Amino acid sequence: MSRLPQQPAEWIDRTRLVRFRFEGRDYTGFAGDAVSSALWAAGVRVLGRSFKYHRPRGILSMANHDVNVLLQDGQRLNVRGDVELLRDGMDLTAVNTWGGLQADRVRFLDRLSAFLPVGFYYKAFYSKRWFPTWERMFRAITGLGRLDLSTPHIRTPKRYDFCDVAVIGAGPSGLSAALAASAAGARVVLVDENAQAGGSGLYQLGGDAGQRDATRAFLDQVAADPNIRLYTGTLAAAWYADQWIPLIDGKRMTKLRAGATVMASGAFEQPAVFRNNDLPGVMLGSAMQRLIHRYAVQPARRAVVLAANDDAYRVALDLLDAGVQVMAVVDLREPLSAGPLVEAVRSRGVECLAGSGIYEAHADSAGTLAAVTVCRVRDGTADSSTARRIDCDGVAMSTGWAPAANLLYQAGTKMRFDERLQQFVPDALPEGVFACGRVNGLFGFDAKLRDGERAGAAAAAHVLGTAPRSVEVQTETSRPTHPWPVVAHPSAKNFVDFDEDLQVKDFENAVQEGYDNIELLKRFTTVGMGPSQGKHSNMTALRLLARLTGKSPQQVGTTTARPFFHPVPMSHLGGRGFHPQRRSPLHGRHAALGAVFMPAGAWERPEYYAVPGKSRIECIHDEVRRVRTKVAMIDVGTLGKIEIRGPQAADFLNRVYTARIDLLKVGGTRYGITCDDSGVLTDEGVIARLSEEVYYFTTTTSGAANVYRELSRLNAEWRLQCGIVNLTGAYASVNLAGPDCRKVLGPLCDIDLSAESFPYLAVRVGHVAGIPARMMRVGFVGEWGYEIHVPAEYGPTLWDALMQAGAPYGIGPFGVEAQRLLRLEKGHLIVSQDTDGLTHPFEVGMDWAVKLDKPFFVGQRSLKILKQMPLKRKLAGFKMPAGYSGQVPQECHLVIVNGEIAGRITSIYWSPNLGHHIGLAFLPPDMTTPGTVFQVRVTDGSMVNAEVCETPFFDPEDLRQKEPS
Amino acid sequence: MKLMPCPLNGLRPVSEFVYWGELRPAPDAATCSDAEWADFVFNRNGAPGVKREWWCHTPSNTWFIAERDTEKDRVLRTWLPGGEP
Repeated sequence: MSRLPQQPAEWIDRTRLVRFRFEGRDYTGFAGDAVSSALWAAGVRVLGRSFKYHRPRGILSMANHDVNVLLQDGQRLNVRGDVELLRDGMDLTAVNTWGGLQADRVRFLDRLSAFLPVGFYYKAFYSKRWFPTWERMFRAITGLGRLDLSTPHIRTPKRYDFCDVAVIGAGPSGLSAALAASAAGARVVLVDENAQAGGSGLYQLGGDAGQRDATRAFLDQVAADPNIRLYTGTLAAAWYADQWIPLIDGKRMTKLRAGATVMASGAFEQPAVFRNNDLPGVMLGSAMQRLIHRYAVQPARRAVVLAANDDAYRVALDLLDAGVQVMAVVDLREPLSAGPLVEAVRSRGVECLAGSGIYEAHADSAGTLAAVTVCRVRDGTADSSTARRIDCDGVAMSTGWAPAANLLYQAGTKMRFDERLQQFVPDALPEGVFACGRVNGLFGFDAKLRDGERAGAAAAAHVLGTAPRSVEVQTETSRPTHPWPVVAHPSAKNFVDFDEDLQVKDFENAVQEGYDNIELLKRFTTVGMGPSQGKHSNMTALRLLARLTGKSPQQVGTTTARPFFHPVPMSHLGGRGFHPQRRSPLHGRHAALGAVFMPAGAWERPEYYAVPGKSRIECIHDEVRRVRTKVAMIDVGTLGKIEIRGPQAADFLNRVYTARIDLLKVGGTRYGITCDDSGVLTDEGVIARLSEEVYYFTTTTSGAANVYRELSRLNAEWRLQCGIVNLTGAYASVNLAGPDCRKVLGPLCDIDLSAESFPYLAVRVGHVAGIPARMMRVGFVGEWGYEIHVPAEYGPTLWDALMQAGAPYGIGPFGVEAQRLLRLEKGHLIVSQDTDGLTHPFEVGMDWAVKLDKPFFVGQRSLKILKQMPLKRKLAGFKMPAGYSGQVPQECHLVIVNGEIAGRITSIYWSPNLGHHIGLAFLPPDMTTPGTVFQVRVTDGSMVNAEVCETPFFDPEDLRQKEPS
Repeated sequence: MKLMPCPLNGLRPVSEFVYWGELRPAPDAATCSDAEWADFVFNRNGAPGVKREWWCHTPSNTWFIAERDTEKDRVLRTWLPGGEP
């Protein structure tokens, strides 16, 4: 066991023992432990296998970047051991192994690495012949974790939150920023992905207890500040336009809208590159400090510190305090400036080697770190004559940092490569976005506090519209990052990207093959495309490319840092679908009558009414027969219903519809169509003139919302003296149709229904069953009929009254399918079924509805042009022979002429009244003469003959609208 | 998610709005050539820059004009038709 005595700021609760299993063995840890810290404390060194070569891996960062320690936790996949909190009873296994972590059967891949060059996938899959073989092999070997298909579907509700200033990162600079913003009067949300706040202030100490005490004092202040809400264990996953930040915690996603954002996200420590830099035991210096100060775990017994900055010496001091024997500090820099930190380390008897690096690390029989070879190193080249072997079980890499600037990039920050810092820093920040601390290039504890204060005050001032308090921040004087922490080795295995097992030579080969641009290099090598998204590899890759192409890092540039910052469970992203669904006021009546509903726009409409013992088509034909021979009723309340009033109402409609609406007499209705600017048919409906200045008109069910919106826009543009009201939901309406409809309606209403008093296409206002009603005589289904519109709340009463009055005449409801069949028999088209996004009125025989001599209407100019041009296609009626028993064409089947597509079927039904199939089809204009036979290609590819015929198919003289003589 | 300032309802999430298109004067239908008319109907200017566009706040059915810098992705100002500030 390597658990240390109590550390002042440790996260673990020593009073609560946690039992868990890992790879089939029992272990214990403490509450507050991460899985990796508990295992490391128990002496386990191999925690996972790498993705490509299945090499043993241990701890790298302890900061959510240890992507080689991905665990399966029951149904949870790819849990990261370095941050996953230990729970009692966990049963964990490492992913990406065959037959367990120790005995992984595919670990031989490490020795085959010479045959797995960079771009191997691209090269392997290039050949069509070998593709299936490779695919089978790769699918078997690759893939992380085992998916349990019985995993329950967890719905996580989303939460919404608002603040003035969002501070991302609760380290020293973030804490300081939050307090400064709050002091200026802003409401602050402070977010940190770690389980506890404080950041580097509580673990990157170098023996400086004062820094820890100061950080704790800040935490107390934040906790006591009512203007600051601190969310720990919460990831600010992205930055979207207008300060929209998804916050991810263990349970849900919160969508935070901020007034300003302060990025205090810090920096990622970067691994050095040398042979076998991936052996378990080699880790980042900051990882060792996290183990010590957060989890009270001794990272190693004998450690070598690979150094290139001041932080390395802080690591050495913390290791010494934790009882670790520091074998040497190996510093890449030369000469070594004798600062107080170096002196402090030296004074404790530690050898500090200047101008030296680790040439390679050596493994013991278990595959974990046993020793390193240290050489003099100059610009990445080792002088092997100076080689010296040092036994150790831990290497701390402290050679440099890369800014956690992902969200800054997403916000559109222009970044500049600072040569002295060897780091990209914000050059031009977007409005309302601020940066402080290490992401802003400041590394000293006091400088970070000052920088946070400056950024917090500025962010608050931005939101509150006040003048920002000026805070002076000294520029960074240290050099925290080494420009070339890479040591060449002829036998390679010097890893740059631990996610994808990429070595230095892979980059050299990729550039050799011509992938010498950062974006191309990324795609070919897959650097930064693993689960850590390049957080510890992109910067080194960039440096390699810069050196190989003779450019500066600024010239090479960075790849795009896309959301999300870390992987997020799908359950957090998936939500409930909120689709508005409208129901007619008569919905309950339909359901009681056995209606089978179908979606129509936002509405649910009865497709037909099911009758026990009858098939769907039998039910539809019964409904059709009832309309033609008796009386029946359909709910048409889903049609758009719009009223327009005002002195210029007639002008307005005249400019919208293609017909002369101004000539429509009070008490009359007219069928009308609308077009767009290009002359394409957009909607249809019936317009009724109720008085000089009041029109009431219907639109198609699916077009209602758009028509109303577009009319509102046109009214806003033209500003005529009229107002538009959408009554779609305010009125219920039914179409009562059939030879007996007057017998049903007559006794119920106070309007004279005689043909003389209430002719075809007239509108009357009166009462039906005592309910105020607007009635229109319509003929859509080809029978004597009335559309009755009543206030929505009276809909069911009207329905019941009509059903009761109609019972002696055999009344019944009919659905949308029956209506479609009935209207087809009359040859009426349905906009958007029999027309498409390019159909103009002349193509569908609507010339009569278009009055080109009007002063103006929408689409008029285009229709004038189209009128002069020959038609390319025309909608025509067709029929199949009576008794036809072959394959029946369906809607959208193509009309083929000489092997080419010449048209298509738009509607087709078997007509029970005519005894054969009828339909509408787009055909070449020269093929629309009745009697012309054309060929349709049906589903199985065979050709079927159909014959053009006149429309209407049924009652062409409209005798059914006339009083029988 | 972006915010859009509705002249009547103030700043609202952009998901509450629909975009209709650029505010473009139509050529005089009586005097323009067929080619000029076709250009108006079918061609749009996709070059980024400051544009005036029709937008609608759908819950309140409020149409308005937005002046937007499509290059910088910024809404500069909005106003009701006829009420240009």
